[in-house]
Amino acid sequence: MSVVVYVESQNGIIKKAGLEVASYGRAIANAIQTNLIAVTFNTDDASVLNTHGVDKVYNIDTEGDIFFNVNRYSVSLAAIIENETANIIVVSATANGRYLGPILAAGIKAAYVSNVVALPSSYDPITVKRSCFTNKAFNECVSNQSRTVISLSSNAFGLKEQTTDAEHAEADYLNSNSTLKVTATDSITDKVTIADADIVVSGGRGLKGPENWHLIEDLASVLGAATACSKPVSDMGWRPHSEHVGQTGKPVATNLYIAIGVSGAIQHLAGISSSKVKVVINNDPEAPFFKAADYGIVGDAFEVVPKLIEKLKAIKQ
Amino acid sequence: MNVLVCISNVPDTTSKINFKDENKSFDSSGVQFIINPNDEFGLTRAIWLQQKAGATVTVVTVGDASCEPILRKCLAIGADQAIRIDAPPTDGFFVANQLAALCKKENYDLIIAGRESIDYNGAMVGGMLASFLALPYLANCVQFEMEGSTATLQREIDGGKEILSASLPLVLGAQKGLVEESDLIIPNMRGIMQARQKPLTVEMAVEVEAATTIQHFEKPQKKGPVRLVDAADVDTLIELLQNEAKVL
Ligand SMILES: Cc1cc2nc3c(=O)[nH]c(=O)nc-3n(C[C@H](O)[C@H](O)[C@H](O)COP(=O)(O)OP(=O)(O)OC[C@H]3O[C@@H](n4cnc5c(N)ncnc54)[C@H](O)[C@@H]3O)c2cc1C
Ligand SMILES: Nc1ncnc2c1ncn2[C@@H]1O[C@H](COP(=O)(O)O)[C@@H](O)[C@H]1O
Repeated sequence: MSVVVYVESQNGIIKKAGLEVASYGRAIANAIQTNLIAVTFNTDDASVLNTHGVDKVYNIDTEGDIFFNVNRYSVSLAAIIENETANIIVVSATANGRYLGPILAAGIKAAYVSNVVALPSSYDPITVKRSCFTNKAFNECVSNQSRTVISLSSNAFGLKEQTTDAEHAEADYLNSNSTLKVTATDSITDKVTIADADIVVSGGRGLKGPENWHLIEDLASVLGAATACSKPVSDMGWRPHSEHVGQTGKPVATNLYIAIGVSGAIQHLAGISSSKVKVVINNDPEAPFFKAADYGIVGDAFEVVPKLIEKLKAIKQ
Repeated sequence: MNVLVCISNVPDTTSKINFKDENKSFDSSGVQFIINPNDEFGLTRAIWLQQKAGATVTVVTVGDASCEPILRKCLAIGADQAIRIDAPPTDGFFVANQLAALCKKENYDLIIAGRESIDYNGAMVGGMLASFLALPYLANCVQFEMEGSTATLQREIDGGKEILSASLPLVLGAQKGLVEESDLIIPNMRGIMQARQKPLTVEMAVEVEAATTIQHFEKPQKKGPVRLVDAADVDTLIELLQNEAKVL
C-alpha cells in the first residue's frame, strides 16, 4: 500500500500545484502510515520534493517528447501505481492534472473524485469532501473502489513542509497507441497564469473599454498577479477568452481576488467564490459583489485604481 | 459522418441550490433546467458539421423522463435524433459506462461531451468514455477542424493553447471557444415544430455499479458582511490586506 502523487513541472521546474499535491499526499501517508511516492516528468531538479515529504521519486525522462502526452503519462503512471501497489493517487487541478485524472482512473480501474477540498474524512472507505454546483455547494463523496484517484482543488490544502530523504528510482516512459499528437504550444509565457497565481486582478464591464485595461494590468503587475475578466468583457473581445472567469469560464481559487467594475452576477461569483479573500471596487453600493466580498470600496475605478497602484508601487520599492 | 453529442441536464446558472431528504439529494423544485453550457457549445459545433459536411447529429442523455424537454430543445436547435438512456446518472463513472455501451453499438465518428457539467463538475465523463472506448480524448477543446479523417485541434492549457492532431474517431471535451457565444442557435418556431416529429428513443441502461456514492451535500458557510473602506483612503485597504487578511 502507498500513496502516489503526480507532480507537475513546467520547463523542468516543479509547479506550486505539484508541491501542494505532495504536501497533501504526505498528510494522507502520515494518516495511514505508508509511503509517499512522487512521479514527475522531465524535472531538472526534484530535490525540492525532499522538503515536501516525499519518500521516493520517479523522475521520468520523456526522451525528447517535450509536450504533455496524456496517454503516455497515464500508462507510465499506471505501471508505477501497479508496482508500488498504490491505492490512493493524487493529481492537481491544473489543466493537465484534470485532463489526466479521469483517463488514469479508467486505466487503473479506480474511482475518480475531482474538486477535492480537504483531507479524507475517512480512509475506509475513502471519503472526501468535494465542491459541486460550481462552488455553490459541497458533497461528501465515498469511493466504492479499492483504488481512488483524487484531484485536489488548487489552494485547498496549501504547502506544508516536511523533510525527508527521498530515494530516486527509475521508470520507463511507456508508449501508447493513441493517434493524438501535440504539434506545438502557443503560450503567453511571461505572464502569471490564473491557475498559478496567488493574486488575481479582474476587470468587468465597468471599465468601459479595452483601452482602459492598463489599470488592471498595472495593478496586476505591481502585485505579481494574473489578470482576469468577466464573461461579457471576453464576449465583446475586450480581453481573450482565456481570461474569462466564472461558472462558464475558469475557476479562480487564489488567496486574493480583486474585482474592479464587476457587478457580481451569480455566475461570476460561483466561479471565484473559493478564493480566500475577495476585494471589490465598484461605484454602485448596491452591486451584488458587495455581499460576497470581504473588503470593498464604493468608488470610481478610474480614481481609486490609479491611487492604489501608486501606493503599492511605493510600498514595493 | 455520425456525430454524438452528450448532453447533461443541469440547473439554470441563476438557480439557488437547495437540498432535501436530510441533505441527501438535490431539491429540484422550482428549478429551471438547461442544456449544460459546455454541451451547448459542442452541440453547435456538431450542427455546423451537419450543415457543412452533411453529418448526422444524435444527442444523448442519461437520465429519467424529466430530461426530455432538454433533448427536445436539442432537436429544435437542429439535432437529427435523440436518445435517452433511462437511468439516474448516479456518478460520472456510471454515466461514462452507459454512454460507452451506446457507442459500442453505434458507429460514431466523433463524440462530443462537455469539458465539465456545471452541477456535478466532475470534468470526467468525456475522458473516461474515451478510455472505455480506447479512443483519444481532447479536454478543454477550443478548436476542431477536419480534413478527411484527420482532425486539427486546440486545447486550452494554463496560460496558452496547445495545437494537436488526431485521427477520427475521437472524443472532445467542448467549451467556449469551440464556437462563440454569439454562434449559439436559438430555436425558432419551425425548429420547435420539427423537433416534435424527430425521433426520441428511450434505451435501457446497462448493468453497472457506480464507482462513488454521495453521502450528503452541504452549503458553504455564510460569510460575514463586507468591510467597507472609504474611496479616498486606499492606505487603509492596503493595511487591512497586509495585516488583517495577510494576503499582500
Ligand atoms: C448561462 C450564463 C453563464 C454565465 N457565465 C458567466 C461566467 O462564467 N462569468 C461571468 O463573469 N459572467 C457569466 N455570465 C454573465 C453574468 O450573468 C453577468 O452578465 C456578468 O458577469 C456581468 O459582467 P460585468 O460585471 O462585467 O458587467 P455588469 O453587470 O455590466 O457590471 C458592471 C459593473 O461595473 C460597475 N461600474 C460601472 N462604472 C464603474 C466605475 N467607473 N468604477 C467602478 N465600477 C463601475 C457597475 O456598477 C456594475 O456593477 C453568465 C450568464 C449566463 C446567462
Ligand atoms: N447524465 C449525462 N448524460 C449524458 N451526458 C452526460 C451526463 N452527465 C455528464 N455528461 C457529459 O459529460 C460531460 C462532463 O460531465 P462531468 O464529468 O459531470 O463534468 C458533460 O458536459 C456532458 O457532455
